[in-house]
Amino acid sequence: MSGFISLFQAAVVFGTVIMFGAVGEIITEKSGNLNLGVPGIMFLGGIASLAGTFLYQLSVNNALQSAYDAFIASGGVKENFAPSGALAFFSEQSSSAITGFAANGWVGVIIAFLCAFLAAAFGGFIFAFLTITLRANQNVTGLTLTIFGSGVANFFGGSLNTLAGGVGQISVETTSRAYRTSIPFLSDLGVVGELFFSYGWLVYVALIVAIFCQYYLTRTRAGLNLRAVGENPATADAAGINVTAHKYLATCLGAGISGIGGLFYVMDYTKGTWANDGTIEALGWLAVALVIFATWRPKNAIWGAYLFGVLYWAYLYIGGLTRASQEIFKMLPYIVTIVVLIFISLRKKKENQPPAALGLPYFREDR
Amino acid sequence: MSSLALVNKKDPLVRIARRDSIAKPKALIIRLIAIVISLIVCALIIFAITKVNPLKVYESMFKGAFGTKGKTWNTVRDTMMLLCIAIGLAPAFKMKFWNIGAEGQILVGGIATAACMIYLKSLPPVLLFICMVVASVIAGALWGILPAVFKAKWNTNETLFTLMMNYVALQLTSFFVALWENPYGSNKVGIINPQNHEGWFPSIFGEQYVLNVIIVMVLTVGMFIYLKYTKQGYELSVVGDSENTAKYAGISVKKVIIRTMIISGAICGLSGFITVSGASHTISTSTAGGKGFTAIIVCWLAKFNTFTMIAISALIIFLQQGAIQIASEFNLNNDVANMITGIILFFILGSEFFINYRLIFRKADKGVK
Repeated sequence: MSGFISLFQAAVVFGTVIMFGAVGEIITEKSGNLNLGVPGIMFLGGIASLAGTFLYQLSVNNALQSAYDAFIASGGVKENFAPSGALAFFSEQSSSAITGFAANGWVGVIIAFLCAFLAAAFGGFIFAFLTITLRANQNVTGLTLTIFGSGVANFFGGSLNTLAGGVGQISVETTSRAYRTSIPFLSDLGVVGELFFSYGWLVYVALIVAIFCQYYLTRTRAGLNLRAVGENPATADAAGINVTAHKYLATCLGAGISGIGGLFYVMDYTKGTWANDGTIEALGWLAVALVIFATWRPKNAIWGAYLFGVLYWAYLYIGGLTRASQEIFKMLPYIVTIVVLIFISLRKKKENQPPAALGLPYFREDR
Repeated sequence: MSSLALVNKKDPLVRIARRDSIAKPKALIIRLIAIVISLIVCALIIFAITKVNPLKVYESMFKGAFGTKGKTWNTVRDTMMLLCIAIGLAPAFKMKFWNIGAEGQILVGGIATAACMIYLKSLPPVLLFICMVVASVIAGALWGILPAVFKAKWNTNETLFTLMMNYVALQLTSFFVALWENPYGSNKVGIINPQNHEGWFPSIFGEQYVLNVIIVMVLTVGMFIYLKYTKQGYELSVVGDSENTAKYAGISVKKVIIRTMIISGAICGLSGFITVSGASHTISTSTAGGKGFTAIIVCWLAKFNTFTMIAISALIIFLQQGAIQIASEFNLNNDVANMITGIILFFILGSEFFINYRLIFRKADKGVK
């Protein structure tokens, strides 16, 4: 039972990262833009949230430090110096702890969120500008965005410490802990609490975003317009829908949502640290896979994400695997996606197809 | 866009018109301007980060790529690798088959090569080399043919299929790395056959990487001829332009798709062989290291001309080697290379617009038509 619970929990946390990525990409793809830059966008979101919070916490600590210096210089006694929140600051000696305790976690949450969303949306904007206005090829631009995003993120992730003047390990513990705050009371409800209410609050935000996007796409006029742009831009244009504006907005907003996946990865999954191991890239491609698996429906992305999580972690719970054969098991999410891809192309069911104009450029003059 | 100039509305400030054709020098100038602007942007970013004179930075980039004989050869080796993959992708992309799966095809080619080096090292060298080539080509072709068959038969989306195949190949590599790890517990294969160098490319003229250059150059010329002067090359370009035209002309589209992807996958597999046997002498999950994706961009920017690909691959590798040098000089990390590559590619991609279209401003417009 406890094995099942921990698998379920791991799957939910893992699934949330790719759910954000996939839901954002669904919005983008519904406008007819196949943005293969999802890994790059998630990288941008992740690093921006980390860098933003890191700099915020650093500046707060520097302010505290100078206040302390001024206090000592004016003849104060060390034990008497106690601005709010600074007590823990002086009880701890290590520099990472200094970064940890002085800053307010919830201010960090807001900063991280804004940074991640804006950086990711900026990635989406580069893609939109190049493909829509400058008419570059979507696949090539998307791949370039992935190269760019991974470069930016791993560069700053690896160099942030040097750039900030060598302050010690980069860890944004306070903000990360605020992100990992679970719902009070409900998380104490025994097994039910452990299964459903033991997660950081972004897990539930992901669910709300997915449900909202589903509603938006299928039940609102704006969503209908967006789908029209992705299915047949020429018709949408003739009907008076502003194709360019829809494509721009969907791409930037979609990228912003995908970027929150990167934020969740940094703040919750790795608990506020950075590792240059390329995991985000693998997760980003899984998010692209999940879009197919979900047949371009946000509601399917919810259970699909958790299923991918179970498939990804399953090897830990199957007995008797060697380290080598574990790797074979980790193929499962990708193989399942391929099977789904083949299956939907075989059945040719109309409602399961990708948007008809996906990946195709739309130039009004070319008609 | 604005040809419907309404009576009571002004023409828009800028309108765009497709160019019928553009003189080659002019196109080249536009591209060069794009590269120069991108270099300036990169210099500004580097300056903001390191506070070092950007010109000095480019000087040390040059040192990083060509500073010593060894560095020059590394630049050549990496250029050849990237070029080889781009050549492999050329026929697929010319056919408008989005083979995003080069990463995977390289990896399986590498696995096949490494397997031969490990299990067949007692064979005489010539025989061993034949085995390695055949094995890597078959492995790569197999990885290419799967998505092609489904595309040909059921129109399964090849972009996403080949993308997923990359990760299947990556896990397969992890599997073999864990299987062959040496020493035990390191989770690394280590240098294969370090003592007697079985299955390593021989040195020619005393240089280690000459054979890499020879093989890739032969492929460059061969692929150029294949695409431009053979019936098969013509067929695949017709399929790429219009499947209906191809069908009407009696070309079997399915056959062309599958055949082209076998060739594409095979060459990518072969580049896995060159990487493992001719450069790294080991296999790891970073053997492909994103080159399969970068090569797509090389191939696309070169418009499938294999000789143009030489220049573009050389430019990208130069930038990467240079960026790595900067990173080590200023104690930053190597990923700055990807950031710079990304920025420069954005600019080159954007510049294509100005080659295909021209901007017409309102004032100039009145004089013309």
